[in-house]
Order: sequence, then C-alpha cells, then structure tokens
Amino acid sequence: MSDTQAGTGAAAAAPGLSPVPAIELDGVVKEYVARGEVVQAVRGVTLGIAAGEFFSLLGPSGCGKTTTMRMIAGFEEPSRGAVRLHGHDVTDVPPDKRDVNMVFQSYALFPHMDVRENVAFGLRRRKVAEAEIRRRVGEMLEIVDLTGREKRRPRELSGGQQQRVALARALVNKPRALLLDEPLGALDLKLRQAMQVELKRIQREVGVTFVYVTHDQNEALTMSERIAVMNDGLVEQLATPREVYERPATPFVAGFIGTSNLLTGTVERIDGSTAVLPLGAGGRVLVERGGRQAGDAVVVTVRPEKITISAGEPEGNLSAVRGTVSEVVYLGTSTSYAVGLAGGEEVTVFQQNAHDGITTAERGDSVWLSWQQQYSYAIGS
Amino acid sequence: MRRLTPYLLILPGGLWLAVFLVVPMVFMASVSTQEGDVVNGFAQTFAFSNYTDALARYQTQFLRSAGYGLAGTVLAVLLAYPVAYWIAFRGGARKSTYLLLVLLPFFVSFVLRTVSWKFLLADDGMLLGPLKSAGLLAADFHVLQTTTAVIGGLVYNYLPFMILPIYVSLERVDPSVVEAARDLYASRAGAFTRVVLPLSLPGIFAGVLMTFVPMTSDYVNAAILGGPANTMIGNIIQTEYLVNNDYPVGAALSFTLMAVMLAGIFAYARVLGTENVLEAAAR
Repeated sequence: MSDTQAGTGAAAAAPGLSPVPAIELDGVVKEYVARGEVVQAVRGVTLGIAAGEFFSLLGPSGCGKTTTMRMIAGFEEPSRGAVRLHGHDVTDVPPDKRDVNMVFQSYALFPHMDVRENVAFGLRRRKVAEAEIRRRVGEMLEIVDLTGREKRRPRELSGGQQQRVALARALVNKPRALLLDEPLGALDLKLRQAMQVELKRIQREVGVTFVYVTHDQNEALTMSERIAVMNDGLVEQLATPREVYERPATPFVAGFIGTSNLLTGTVERIDGSTAVLPLGAGGRVLVERGGRQAGDAVVVTVRPEKITISAGEPEGNLSAVRGTVSEVVYLGTSTSYAVGLAGGEEVTVFQQNAHDGITTAERGDSVWLSWQQQYSYAIGS
Repeated sequence: MRRLTPYLLILPGGLWLAVFLVVPMVFMASVSTQEGDVVNGFAQTFAFSNYTDALARYQTQFLRSAGYGLAGTVLAVLLAYPVAYWIAFRGGARKSTYLLLVLLPFFVSFVLRTVSWKFLLADDGMLLGPLKSAGLLAADFHVLQTTTAVIGGLVYNYLPFMILPIYVSLERVDPSVVEAARDLYASRAGAFTRVVLPLSLPGIFAGVLMTFVPMTSDYVNAAILGGPANTMIGNIIQTEYLVNNDYPVGAALSFTLMAVMLAGIFAYARVLGTENVLEAAAR
C-alpha cells in the first residue's frame, strides 16, 4: 500500500501505453459440468496485462482467479473467448508449447530430482546445450540465494527454500510471463513477508511479467502494480492498489479490501460541489457531488482510519454522525472501536495509539464520528 | 517392565514363526543331506551330492521356471501398469470400488479359478469350440498344454499382486507435479517417462518382488494348464515329495530354488533399489 508503488504502477501499467499486452484475455468463459449442472467458474473476463507488470488476481476462494490463471498457463481450455500471449492466440496451445511458466501453490517440485535437476528440467526439455544449462542454472540459483544446495533433494529443504527452487525452476526458462498461484500460502507470516520483498526484488531483477493469484489482500496491495479483484467469476474492479483501496468500484470490493464502512443514504440537498446526505439524529455525510441530484440513493464507503472520534459535535464542514461505542479492542499500534449508529449501521474506527495509549472513548459512551468530505467515497462513481 | 514390552509384543508372532518356519526349515535342511528311503528310513550322511545330482537332473525345469517367472512378471507389469494408472488418476470417487474388483478373484479359490480356465480353454470348450466350427481356427489348434497357457495362468493368478503396489506408488504422485512437467515443456509422453514413471518405480519394484517369487515356484498352473513339456520346478518338488517319497532330493531342490531366488532378488535390489536409478531414469 506504499505510495511509490501505487504511483509508479499507475503509469507503467496502463494497458494503452504498451502496444501489445503480454497477456490478453478476451471474453474468457470457463464452464464445467458438475452433477449434471453447468457451472460457470469464470463468467467472461476481459483484461490485458502489460509486459513487465506485476499483476494480481485477487479474490475469495471460488471466485475463479485460479481457473483464470490456469487458462493462461494452458491447463484449462476456455469454453468461450480467447487467450493471447504477446498478440498470438494460444487458446488451443498445450502448456508445453506456451512461453509462460508457473509456480504452483504446493511448489510441485520433482521429488526424485535434486535442486539442480529440478531447475534444469525446462532447459533440458528445450535441448539447451549442457554448458549453457550449467551456467543458467548456476546464475538462477544465485539470484534465489540457493548456491551450494544444488545436490539437495526437495524434501531436505525448508518451505522457503522449496519456494525459491520453484521460482528458479520457472524463471530459468526466461518465460514471457510468470504465473504464481498463491505461492506464499504455505509459509508462516514472517517468512511470507520476507518472501514478498524477495519476490518484488527478483521481479525487478529479471523484468518478467508476474501474474500473481492470491486471496490475501495485503499481499496484493503491497506487491502489485495493478489488481483485478474477482468475485463469482467476474472482475469487479481492475485498478492500482491505491485506487482499489481508496475508490472501490463495488460494495464487494469495498468489503473485501481492508475494513470498510458502508453507509446508505439519500441526497437531501446539493451544496456547491458537495452532496449532503442526512444520517441519524443530526448526522450528515458529505460526499462529492459528481452527477448526483437531490433524491438520489447513494452508498458511501469510508475507511476506519479516516474517522475521528470526539465526545462533542465537531466543528467545521465535516461528515459527522452520532453513535454509541459497543466495543473497544486494543491492537498495539492502534485501537479499534465498533460504534453502533442510530440507524443500526455498525461503523469501525481505527485510532492510532500515537500519544500515551489513553483511549478516547469507553464502551457505552455516546460519541460523534467525523471525517473530511474527501474520505467519503460514493461507490460506483 | 516397560523396556520388555516391545519384546513381549513380538513374542506370539515370533514364536509362531520359530515353530512353523524355522524348525521345519532346519529339519528340511537336515533332510536334504540324508540318504535312504521311506521303507528303511533316512540317515544323515551329509550327502551333498543330493544337491549336485538334483541340479543336474532337473536343470531344464529350473531354467524353464525362471523363464516362465520372468516372462510372467514382465507381462504382469505391462498389464498391471495401465490398470493401476487408470485407477489412480481416473478412478475419481470410485477408486475403492475398482480396487475391490481387482481383489475380487481372491474370494474364489486359486485352484478352482485355474480349473475354470481349463474349461474355458479346452480344445472343444466354450471359447475354441465355436471358433473351430466356424472354421476360424484349425481343428487341431489348442491352447491347453502349451507354454502360453501356463504363463497366461501365472499372470492371471498373480496380477493383483502387481496392480496393488503400482497403484499405491501412483496414487502418491501429486498431479500438480505432472502439470509442472507439462508447464516446463515436457510433452505428455515426456511427463510420463520423466516424472510419473520414475516416481512409480518403487511400486514396480515391489510388484516384481511379489510376483516373480511365487510365479517361479508355482506348480498349480503348470499342473492344470500345462503338459509334460511345461513341468516347472515346483511340480518336480511336489512329485519327489508326494509321489516318489524321495524327501532328500525334494528338500535339496527346495533349498536350491530358495538360494537361487534369494541371490537373484538380492542382485535385483542392489541394481534397482537405489535412488540413483530413479534419477538416471528421469534425465
């Protein structure tokens, strides 16, 4: 979620800048028959991934992200639509004839081969000369920091090392794109965070297009240049991490990425460029007017860390609503409050414990919640 | 007491083996160097010539048994592998049903099943009879009393012992490993020969051990389906013991067979039973 990544991502990733996208999905549908019923795992996905981009497919399990990736790899054939790699239609091309490589969720290392042979497998299939194989395998093992472990068997390596062998085995072939299927899912938190940094470094070093499948929103936000948020076989939003977080396109995206408060109201009046929605007794939500008219129904999302808690009604031109604190959870660097509004909505608020850790409200307190207009985001606008 | 527990646990089985395996073996080893006959009794004379005599007399049957065992084992691998592969990778939710089907013949007596082959394959039986009267086969065509019949019977009877270990090893192969091979430019055939086959070699290895030994020492198939030209060493041993009552020669033959097979299997295990072979096969 860092500023630099989101910023550069927006520029580098816009598909219009690269003449031919590395990967193109064109109206891709995947249907299969389960117990006599046709089920659509992917219901029409169209997207382009630029060469060199770090692209994530993010969504809950069963959203179709893995199926989408497997269609890019060639393990699943689309029921309809086309898959193009660098402009070439590969929809019917088997995986061994596609210039993409995959890092499997379970690593899928060859248990009967040592590290060197695992990494050399693809080069051997392509009949690369032995001297060249030695050189490239050596180089790649250096990049993933596994020099000296060439003779080890996969089962003699730790999870993180196996992960890096899987990465080296795919990257040594210099694929046009690397597909990663929840590659960090089996690692513990510390190692996962270290590997996130490591993956970004390796991607910068080799400059290969990365397509990253994950259900972990933090992973997607920290690493990606762009994210396609998928739900129920469709892409709900395709944007930079910052945009996905700050300006979710749908209520699903708002709810799936981070914690989000959804407030529903009707525009009462337009005040210049601001639309005003009354909420509860004396409360109001200010949101950018956009094209809205008085009487329009609007769903507004506001992130918990943008909200300030105060005992009295705040001054100034702010969104402000009244509620009762129902839960206070101390989280170390911050405190999380659950505040019930008069209308029944529950709002989550994060306050940094920057000062001396004194909570600003207790359970049962009647409080005001306020935030600046720019933090109200009307979904779909 | 606690330290004795493991020994107490092996006591019943250990005693069983000691009484019913070790004691008769020692007894038979002793018999194998005795001389005499049933009427006047046998006496220990350390006549090791029993071994050389028996081997010289029944060399043909020894070689034939080894040949049948080898041919039967090879055929069993070729037949069992596709079955095991199909159950392991395509069996889906019905895997255990298919495995039960593989084991189903064991619910009927070994001898009875072999005898039913005799009916099926009889010169004018339900299989050859109609083909002969239709003129598709010569009138003197026969299957029984041939090498084909005996090896066919051996393969039929021991096939499940080959299918099961191969199935177990294939079942353990992670399908994503096969996908990884395909992803790394291996063709379907290449993924099989370089990944699936090497990973299932331990199963083939176990299956070969479990079928070659009983096939080589089998006598039921040769007795029921074979003719005088198909006599195996098992039949000879049976005849020496039960018909000729020449216990020393029967015992000498049994020990020779055992020694030859142990040596063969030991050599086989030394050559194939190491990981280096798997690695070499995968390159």
